[in-house]
Amino acid sequence: MNQILLSHGSGGKLTHQLIKDIFIKYFDNPILSQMNDSAVFSTSGKLAFTTDSYVVNPIFFPGGDIGKLAVNGTVNDLSMMGAKPIYISTGFIIEEGFSIEELEKVARSIKEASEEAEVEIVTGDTKVVERGKADKLFINTSGIGIIPEEIDIRGDNARPGDAVIVSGTIGDHGIAILSQRKDLHFSTVIKSDTAPLNKMVEGMIRAVKEIHVLRDPTRGGLATTLNEIAKASSVGIEISESEIPVSAPVENACNLLGLDPLYIANEGKLVAIVPRDKVEELLEVMRKFLYGKEAKVIGEVTQGHPQTVLLRTRLGAHRILDMLTGDPLPRIC
Amino acid sequence: MERLNYNSPEIAKKILDEIHLYSHKDTAIMEFCGTHTHSRFKFGIKELLPKNINMISGPGCPVCVTDNKDIDYCIALSSLPDVIIATFGDMVRVPGSYKSLQEAKADGSDIKIVYSSIDALNIAKENPYKKVIFLGVGFETTAPTVAASIIEAEKNGINNYFVYSMHKLTPPAMKAILDLGEVNLNGILGPGHVSTVIGWKSWEFVPLEYKIPVVVAGFDAVDILLGVFILVKMYEDNKLEVANTYIRAVKPFGNSYALNLIDEVFEKEDTSWRGLGELPQSGLKIKDKYKRFDAKVRFPLDVPSTPKPKGCRCDEVIRGVIAPLECPLFKTVCSPAQPIGPCMVSSEGTCSAYYLYGGGR
Repeated sequence: MNQILLSHGSGGKLTHQLIKDIFIKYFDNPILSQMNDSAVFSTSGKLAFTTDSYVVNPIFFPGGDIGKLAVNGTVNDLSMMGAKPIYISTGFIIEEGFSIEELEKVARSIKEASEEAEVEIVTGDTKVVERGKADKLFINTSGIGIIPEEIDIRGDNARPGDAVIVSGTIGDHGIAILSQRKDLHFSTVIKSDTAPLNKMVEGMIRAVKEIHVLRDPTRGGLATTLNEIAKASSVGIEISESEIPVSAPVENACNLLGLDPLYIANEGKLVAIVPRDKVEELLEVMRKFLYGKEAKVIGEVTQGHPQTVLLRTRLGAHRILDMLTGDPLPRIC
Repeated sequence: MERLNYNSPEIAKKILDEIHLYSHKDTAIMEFCGTHTHSRFKFGIKELLPKNINMISGPGCPVCVTDNKDIDYCIALSSLPDVIIATFGDMVRVPGSYKSLQEAKADGSDIKIVYSSIDALNIAKENPYKKVIFLGVGFETTAPTVAASIIEAEKNGINNYFVYSMHKLTPPAMKAILDLGEVNLNGILGPGHVSTVIGWKSWEFVPLEYKIPVVVAGFDAVDILLGVFILVKMYEDNKLEVANTYIRAVKPFGNSYALNLIDEVFEKEDTSWRGLGELPQSGLKIKDKYKRFDAKVRFPLDVPSTPKPKGCRCDEVIRGVIAPLECPLFKTVCSPAQPIGPCMVSSEGTCSAYYLYGGGR
């Protein structure tokens, strides 16, 4: 048997076989292997809890696949609150006829991503829907993380005078996905930046307790994320176009397609807002990590123009950078 | 040879200094192209020009000038059985009289976004049992590629590919705006991409008949500023000419290969423009020779005329008579997320540029 049948989701023998042959095979750990209706564990302290669903099309793309994305996305959402991710759940919605080989490939990739992020998959679910009622494979992941004492990282915490740091080049994930859509015939090798940021964040908060805001600029891109922060914190933000890191292939692809990298999704980048006097310390730590090598300051938080993000253009003029409107590219994550 | 950086802040700064030095009179310049409007806002050029220079956006947005009736026709086509609509993304969100293509898609119509007519042709090849209709919107720049797709379909015997042609020609629109005389202009920034196809000599009637200088310009910061500088200089020195600063792309007589493609497949017809009304010989219809690919012939539908949305002033924005800020709907009920008129939807639309780049702060 090489494809998923409706009976794989019936809860009967085939379901059990699928769980045993694929999910337990790759995700095995003491909590999961109890096979109870819920994962049971003890923990202490302040917890962060998040959920996200992944419907990316195509499910395999340069730099990753839906499985890696699903783990990293949830790990990063926890990390952006300063939490150390510990456990995640995976829910699979599979389209009838999906290849078991590809499902196994995704499971293997989930295993690798969870090993890199050092999180355990402790519970899960599998459903199969009729052909045409889903597109190959959708994954939901939820995650739990522990927030260390003294850490207070929130979207409404940005203060005038703070510096705005970005951890690396922007737009890579969205353009990687776009370049894979079959109706585009785009011959670039731009890779998705999907990556777990938790280790870097751990290092960052160990070095600088005063980090005010952390956010991962996923859907809507950097521009939308900065707008969310400006609105939540009732501050202005000004960034410099010439400081924003964009790789040449992403910039060229954006020019060709009339897209703005500031609005393109990232899956392995973060924005940090920190007091000016902590910038050097923080950048030094970030640059020690693979996913923060190109970290740099791109702007500052201002008292003026509250709730508005201004972009200083290369020519030295200013323009308002609004949130993303419309949807340049559906199903990127 | 090192490639010139057309967005170089240093070169831009030098040109800006020259503009400030030369420009004394109040100067109204219309940029014909929506892409010029968007670039100008993106680079923040408005803030850097002297206050006596007023940049006015023109009608150069193909989706914006598409008549409401055509939008309704496209939506009606999408509800026909076994039809796939292939379209540029901009068209999907344009509100028709009753709904948009986006809403038609949610209702079950099969609508695919493509980046070229050749992609649409490929969809037809992959779906031999469906009828694939490409929504042909665009100026002289888009028409040759659409013509090529029809020739290709003919050559390969693809019988399920159709084009709904709404292609329009830019010189008649320029003429219409100048004939209306609603806006007093001292210079026109001519369309760069269109001129690569039709040649800069196509604009010689403007200085000759209307006594207004034209500069055909590219779309980077240096291109736009250089265009403005030469227009300012011509106006200050009372010179009436067409200048071409987009020499890396535009030739005097254009691209004969592209022009021949248009000529092979299309012929001129009178057509209706949003904002400008019916303009003689300003549209492109598919010639009889290729009529089996013409969606208007293959799928004749009776689409009633409907009044424009209440309060929407896209018409006047298209003609450069008002700026978006003067429309009561701008940013109050009309936004890119919920557009009332096409100028707010298209990536070349004036209202969308004002909205996205904070021109309407």
